[in-house]
Amino acid sequence: MRRFTASPGAQKRAEIMKDYSPAELDTLALHAGGKPDPATGARATPIYQTASYCFPDSDYAAALFNMERPGHVYSRLSNPTTAVLEERIAALEGGVGAIATASGQAALQLAIMTIMDAGAHIVASSALYGGSHNLLAYTLPRFGITTTFIDPRDEDAVRAAIRPETRLIFGETVGNPGLDVLNIPRISAIAHENGIPLLVDSTFTTPYLIKPFELGADLVMHSATKFLSGHGIVIGGLLVDGGRFDWDASGKFPQLSEPYKGFHNLVFTEEFGPAAFISRARKEGLRDFGACQSPTSAFYIMQGMETLGVRMEKHISNTRAVVEFLNGHDAVAGVAHPDLESHPDHVLAQELFPKGTSAVFTFEIKGGREAGISFVNALNLFSHLANVGDAKSLVIHPASTTHFRMDEAALAAAGIGEGTIRLSVGLEDPKDLIADLKAGLRAAEKTAGGAGK
Amino acid sequence: MKLTINNEQVYLYTNNKEIDPSKPSVMFIHGAGFDHSVWTLFARHFSRHNWNVLAIDLPGHGRSSGATLTSIEAMSEWVVDILNHFKLEQVALVGHSMGSLITLETASKIKARASKVVLIGSIAPMPVSEPILDATANKPGAAHAMLTSFGFSKQNLMGGNPNPGMWMVSDSMRRYEDEIQAALDLDMRACNAYRNGLEAAAEITAPSLMIHGDADRLTPLRATKTLQSTLNEARISVVPGAGHSLMVEDPNHVLDQLKEHLL
Ligand SMILES: Cc1ncc(COP(=O)(O)O)c(C=O)c1O
Repeated sequence: MRRFTASPGAQKRAEIMKDYSPAELDTLALHAGGKPDPATGARATPIYQTASYCFPDSDYAAALFNMERPGHVYSRLSNPTTAVLEERIAALEGGVGAIATASGQAALQLAIMTIMDAGAHIVASSALYGGSHNLLAYTLPRFGITTTFIDPRDEDAVRAAIRPETRLIFGETVGNPGLDVLNIPRISAIAHENGIPLLVDSTFTTPYLIKPFELGADLVMHSATKFLSGHGIVIGGLLVDGGRFDWDASGKFPQLSEPYKGFHNLVFTEEFGPAAFISRARKEGLRDFGACQSPTSAFYIMQGMETLGVRMEKHISNTRAVVEFLNGHDAVAGVAHPDLESHPDHVLAQELFPKGTSAVFTFEIKGGREAGISFVNALNLFSHLANVGDAKSLVIHPASTTHFRMDEAALAAAGIGEGTIRLSVGLEDPKDLIADLKAGLRAAEKTAGGAGK
Repeated sequence: MKLTINNEQVYLYTNNKEIDPSKPSVMFIHGAGFDHSVWTLFARHFSRHNWNVLAIDLPGHGRSSGATLTSIEAMSEWVVDILNHFKLEQVALVGHSMGSLITLETASKIKARASKVVLIGSIAPMPVSEPILDATANKPGAAHAMLTSFGFSKQNLMGGNPNPGMWMVSDSMRRYEDEIQAALDLDMRACNAYRNGLEAAAEITAPSLMIHGDADRLTPLRATKTLQSTLNEARISVVPGAGHSLMVEDPNHVLDQLKEHLL
């Protein structure tokens, strides 16, 4: 009820910056949510590969259906393996709860559908993953939910884009692929002044690099397919509720503050307090849209998450070596990484990301599209594919792949040029990565030189 | 449900039902810094079994307005006002932590009107340490962290929430943050100052149940002995592996015990 919201008092904000956690990230990544299996003592979290669960008796069954007892009914709604992953990401982010979804896309869709009806409006950063852009720009308008895309660095534009029917501000912690740093403290303040929450996609950064809730974000989503897993063997998403947004005080979210006919006139803020959002997302969105995550996927994602800290440290140190190599190389027109002073968000990145910003970044190869293609083709260690955040290093040419639906203006707004190359730096030895890039750049130089003749 | 008592807005969760004095009734009384929503699961259960459920928000907590009351005795008088408002002749009282002290005080006052008593995470007296009182008065963020950290068993601080996907540590932090800062401090001081617990316990005739975690780090299990032996007819149910936040740490155990004692 009295949760800070529309105008967060500066004092309270400062107070909540340092959130309490019972352990550090590396410890939580291994232990949070996962007790030895009560049935067998198994130390690993078992894969509970079951669709449904026996009821001890009919009153117990009725109690489960009527939310009088916690427990599992049907694996679309919850599953013991998936629940460990959900609790673990909530612990790592410092959120009240989480939901594992079939993909990162499903996590974004679940967040939006939980708090928006037809007629609602979103203000989103223009520097988004192409899939998120597709959902917001082309698919959701079919259902009456529209989006205004803005440059998140332009706070006036953010304010100007907010309308009475705006229900969400959405951006990526570091924009895909130009690494525009989202100023979470400033943008969340604008959101809260307007009684709306800020959702951030922290896929590139993971809780190792940034804790968005401590900076003012209200909801966090991940494509767990990426760095959280690290192995590139699974598709999955996670949606986390920070539990601080005051849905009642805002008055703009009857989905949470008014009786819900779909569950005997339950009022989520009344019965679930800080967990109102995530409770409705499970009771409605997961139940009705059904984009649940399989327990086997959850198991794989947890296998990756156990080593999140050590992997991210290496991703970041390898990235530093690669950025240093590329920056100033004769065949390279520019490197877009916030580690570099030339990046427009260099100063902000130092403040928000003390451990480093991202192992995914872009650079511009001299010689445009043809040189870019030669570069990608000449690489051996870097795999040419559409993904990021694998332990193996990856490369892609966005203009012809992930962002191919965008016209030139939209590409430019997203910070992408014809010769832009995106790297996802993996965990190989940096000497080998640099040797591979050298070979690629030699090939690109040849093409560029040839084109000049 | 919202009502006005003594010119203040009073909120209580009734599962959207009117209170019918002909039905059995149970009142749930929350602990320091919390509100009715800690009882949601249990209130829903008894409501389905055709009981009146009254999960109150004490003044200055949750959705009730008014100044926070500063003593357990005053809180108990307020509780009796609510019972009188609904003309309840018989009521089972269920209290957690500070709410258990209010339960003791109220049950001793209303005598035979209290049909059953349930004390969750309860000891009497309930001293609160100086560092906690200093924090609730001067460093609310630190107070929330201390109370959250000591509020769960060490094992449960790492999670394993029976409620799928929920991280109880942050949930506890948010609940403290939600409350008016002064309310938590006044609640803690009221617990610390309350001296009448054992005398009240001695006067209670209703059958009593204590539910206590064997890893409670705020009100240790061994400290329950005096209270249990003072109560007229008291059973204790010990929850293995659980700390002070029993309604989140082991809600199924709590519900099973409530059913056994009340139904
Ligand atoms: C930043 C970002 N968000 C969301 C997604 C979508 O996630 P998924 O592919 O798991 O649906 C991706 C996938 O590339 C991504 O990079």
